Amino acid sequence: MAVQQGHSPAAGTPSLGATFARLLPLVKPILPRLFFGFLCALAAGIVALTIPQVLAWLVNNVLNPEGQGSEVWSAVALVGGLGALEALLVFLRRQFVITPAARLETQMRVRFFGHLQQLPVAFHERWGSGQLLSRSMSDLSLLRRWLAFGAMMLVVSTVTVLTGLTLMFISSPVLGAIYLAGAIPITIKAFHFRNNYRAASRLSQDQAGDLATAVEESVHGIRVIKAFGRGRHMYDGFNFRAKALRDTEVSKAKTLAGFILFVVAIPETTLGLGLAAGLWLAAQDQLSVGALVAYFATATVLAGPVENMGMLMGMTLTTKTALDRHFEVMDTENTITTPEEPASPSTQRGDLELRNVVFRFPDTPGSAAPTLRGINLHVRPGETMALVGMTGTGKSTLLQLVPRLYEATEGQVLIDGVDVRDRDLLELRRDVAVAFEDTILFSASIRDNVLLGAPALEPGELETLLDSAIETAQAGFARQLPHGLDTVIGEEGLSLSGGQRQRIALARAIAAKPRVLVLDDPLSALDVRTEETVTERLRATLAGTTTLIVAHRPSTVALADRVALLQDGLIHDVGTHSELLGRNAHYRYVIASLEDEETNSIPRPGGMQP
Amino acid sequence: MSQYAGVANEDSINLSRSERKRVRTRSWKLLAALAGTQKPMLALTLVLVVVSNLARVAFPLLIAWAIDWGLPQVRNGNWAALGITGGAYVLAAITAGSLLGWYILCTARISQAMLLDLRLDVFRHTQRLSLEFHENYTSGRIISRQTSDLETLRELLDQGISELVSAGVFVVFTLISIFVLDWRSGLVVLVTALPIWLLFGWYQKRSELVFRESRVVSARVIGSFVETMTGIRAVKAFRKEKSNDAAYSQIAGEYRDNSIRSINLFGVLQPSLVLIGNLAVAAVLAWGGFRILDGELGVGVLVALLLATNRVFQPVENIAMFYQSLQSATAALEKVSGLLEEAPTVVEPAKPQPLEHAAGALEFTDAVFGYGDGPVIMEKFDLAIPAGQTIAVVGQTGAGKSTLAKLIARFYDLRSGTLSIDGVPIEQIANNDLRRHVVMVTQEAFLFSGTVAENIALGKPGATIEEIILAARAVGAHEFITALPEGYDTDVNKRGGRVSSGQRQLISFARAFLADPAVLILDEATSSLDIPSERAVQRGLQTLLGNRTALIIAHRLSTVQIADRVLVVHDGKIVEDGSPAELIGSEGRFAALHRAWRESLV
Repeated sequence: MAVQQGHSPAAGTPSLGATFARLLPLVKPILPRLFFGFLCALAAGIVALTIPQVLAWLVNNVLNPEGQGSEVWSAVALVGGLGALEALLVFLRRQFVITPAARLETQMRVRFFGHLQQLPVAFHERWGSGQLLSRSMSDLSLLRRWLAFGAMMLVVSTVTVLTGLTLMFISSPVLGAIYLAGAIPITIKAFHFRNNYRAASRLSQDQAGDLATAVEESVHGIRVIKAFGRGRHMYDGFNFRAKALRDTEVSKAKTLAGFILFVVAIPETTLGLGLAAGLWLAAQDQLSVGALVAYFATATVLAGPVENMGMLMGMTLTTKTALDRHFEVMDTENTITTPEEPASPSTQRGDLELRNVVFRFPDTPGSAAPTLRGINLHVRPGETMALVGMTGTGKSTLLQLVPRLYEATEGQVLIDGVDVRDRDLLELRRDVAVAFEDTILFSASIRDNVLLGAPALEPGELETLLDSAIETAQAGFARQLPHGLDTVIGEEGLSLSGGQRQRIALARAIAAKPRVLVLDDPLSALDVRTEETVTERLRATLAGTTTLIVAHRPSTVALADRVALLQDGLIHDVGTHSELLGRNAHYRYVIASLEDEETNSIPRPGGMQP
Repeated sequence: MSQYAGVANEDSINLSRSERKRVRTRSWKLLAALAGTQKPMLALTLVLVVVSNLARVAFPLLIAWAIDWGLPQVRNGNWAALGITGGAYVLAAITAGSLLGWYILCTARISQAMLLDLRLDVFRHTQRLSLEFHENYTSGRIISRQTSDLETLRELLDQGISELVSAGVFVVFTLISIFVLDWRSGLVVLVTALPIWLLFGWYQKRSELVFRESRVVSARVIGSFVETMTGIRAVKAFRKEKSNDAAYSQIAGEYRDNSIRSINLFGVLQPSLVLIGNLAVAAVLAWGGFRILDGELGVGVLVALLLATNRVFQPVENIAMFYQSLQSATAALEKVSGLLEEAPTVVEPAKPQPLEHAAGALEFTDAVFGYGDGPVIMEKFDLAIPAGQTIAVVGQTGAGKSTLAKLIARFYDLRSGTLSIDGVPIEQIANNDLRRHVVMVTQEAFLFSGTVAENIALGKPGATIEEIILAARAVGAHEFITALPEGYDTDVNKRGGRVSSGQRQLISFARAFLADPAVLILDEATSSLDIPSERAVQRGLQTLLGNRTALIIAHRLSTVQIADRVLVVHDGKIVEDGSPAELIGSEGRFAALHRAWRESLV
């Protein structure tokens, strides 16, 4: 299927400096440790470079056939001591750096998770969870590696190269200048490399994310895939994406290889030129052979760090794009938040009112009519209102405006006279409980699932609440499960049938003891017998609770005191079931059952008086 | 059968000796098999490494040659010597650079090819595994097997091969040169192999457990993440954010602690190796120093020996890093190879009986069914459904209606007895044939990312847009689809919010309509539709069902009324079987249900 998604980076990607500058406040607390780690790395490097020098010096000056045994021992002690010091420094470097880097990674991961949980539902509808997963796992582990290793080695290599260059200039300014001239083509090349590699690295990370989304879909959609025998088709799609990722990775490696080629070949080439120049200078006696040798000895030491710098630059760019991906999500503004000074209703009766509510999906073209065009609806305290309308008229959308899962584009949603936007979000969602049409249960025991939104009560009272919610929703089957109400369900546990899930979700909404209950076709998957019992029990339970319930069937409408008819984005009529049957043709069309039509029986008014 | 076969007990960290050997071997075999396909490329890479190392060795030789031979020549006025020495050096530089670049590209190709092979294998295998497996193995685990576990292999391949090969070549060359210079010092260096070997052994033993645990913990982090993001609506509605934050931060913290443990183990290994190397240098110095005093060894030789000993240990660190990645990848491949070891419980026939055209006659004979080793769900029954009949299955939730449907769709196999389609046992029909002839539409109407048209076309890949529109019209989905911002090209992923569950059911109906199977199974497929839409679907169904076999599971009377025959299922048994009229006339369960329905249809 088509390559997807609204995560492509905005036209202007931040510069390298800008991205890492944003990291600074996060890194600040661990900066001292990173700095000590860096010092240890530098010191270890110096010791490592010193050991061969010391060896040469010892051999030439201390050890000779006329020397003493004790001198050998002190030389050995010196070398052994330096060796132990290097090992200690290497050990310390890791000690300083590893833990804070891993902590920072985890801290950012947890923050990322928390931010995603706060972002509105509309955001999650646009983003595949695989794409988010890759940002939370691989991107942040890249950062850890870069912090603990890449950044440090980049600094150490740079310092080494600069020191080496200084030494070269001291040996011979001319030869030093020739070597340094190599930096010009490398810098130009580095500029191209940076642009190409950054683009490729970003692309590969996005493709890896899409691939994760494809995996996620292939798992969650396995029943449909199997039912239609479309494994091959899914495989082809996955194959296509996996190959695209491979191609990106290979072209990324090609870019890197081209750069490394340059980084290795150019300094060595300048050395070749330096060799010729050095010989010429030496022939003129303007340069000692010793200085020439020293120049090349330094150059040999520099070869490693220069090559490393190429690799580390690649790593830095990859980390940069990973960070961009992270910050893109972190920068997504949460549009549904608790206001500075939340208001609380003075009375808590559960009066629900929608005033001139308009809802438009953000991507609806301006010319098209919004989904909800100006809803006016008043559900009185304790009243049960059914919401009836054709598939796709926006009933579910309307329901989600109440707990602010979606935000009204215009107009107001009021509970007890207070606009939901002025309420504390958590308080609002405590007052409003929802049962969705797609039931979402979590990996937890049935008990915990049902009591998820329950008020804080004594254990005994909770047990009573649990019992009555299960009773009302006819979810007693749960007691017969292997571990009764402690059976773990959801992703990590037992899979339940659609009807069973729906009843648990209904019990969960009831047990939340909300002021306003919002039910989205909560009985659709139930068989008639169960539906009948649930309806009966619900009617008693809902007695004091303001309820807005989406209904497709007369049997669900039977729960309601009044019915609101949604058509073309407006509430067209409100009244009792029988009133609407009597006066509204569209209502009859929507709710009158097939059997009535086929048997030509006239709707029986009066059967549904509240 | 081993208790760790496949994915069984994959969360255990401490394994018995024999089991450990089993899972490790399984893991290495997988790695070897993946590498096996890359032999020519690996050989080329090896050559490149050796040659590029030789080119690097050439640099100091060239300098020595330039000074010893070139300088006197230049002094004697032979200016060409400048060009010759300089040119030779530049040539070596370009050769070394190109070889290195080529080599980086080769290793990337190898690692990407191996990764792709494994990725595709795991995906294909997972998709082939039976539903029974998927219902027990969490999606978080499958996702983590296919993402973060494969990532460890990528790390191994990316840094691993290059480090290992060039380090190995370097060590061997240097060691030989030490032996040539002075075999006694060579022995000193060789002796260090013992502590190094012990150290690696210690590290391997410890890190194996930590890395194994790491795979388990990371799968939990991923599982928790995916569950939260896919269930975000309920998370918000029931204010689960705080407790989720706490739970996630707890488990992410475990993952962090595990990483720190593994890195710390390496943090002991690496400095210890540095220490051993440096002590070896000191030992060579001591022994050599005394021999110089005795006049047995030349000073120049000792200098060379010391420098070589110092260098021989440098790549040992790289080898250690490779070893670390290898341990990590092996732990991950233990899990991946376990997944690959799982066999589908519903097996595709080796020699399928061809079933080009199916009429759709179904027959159960002495059929018994239960999940896995669990209790019997469907007691022994016989059932014959002639081709073209429309059957309604009714009964309470959990009575076994869906089981019947899943058996016909061959999501599961019977425990005993047979099920045949047109007289061919279902186990002997090739999967492709079976899926072409039997299609099931379920209550959960899953949409894949892509456009509406692509989602409908899933019923018949390659369908034209006309066919797609025809199918959508037939089930009454055309109107709402054309009302979407981009009609049939609307991306359901981007606009998931505006496709209601009723509309999703209509899309999956259109999918089934397009698939045009001989046997159609509808499991609660109209539950979220409003009455007019359901009516439209049923009108579509009447044309659709004309000459095909249909099994309809429904809670609604309206659906039952279009059936030729009704089966009432209760407690895993078919308790009533007859035409709707017959059953209504009797005094059985169906008659009672029917009364309840009539009352609900006010």
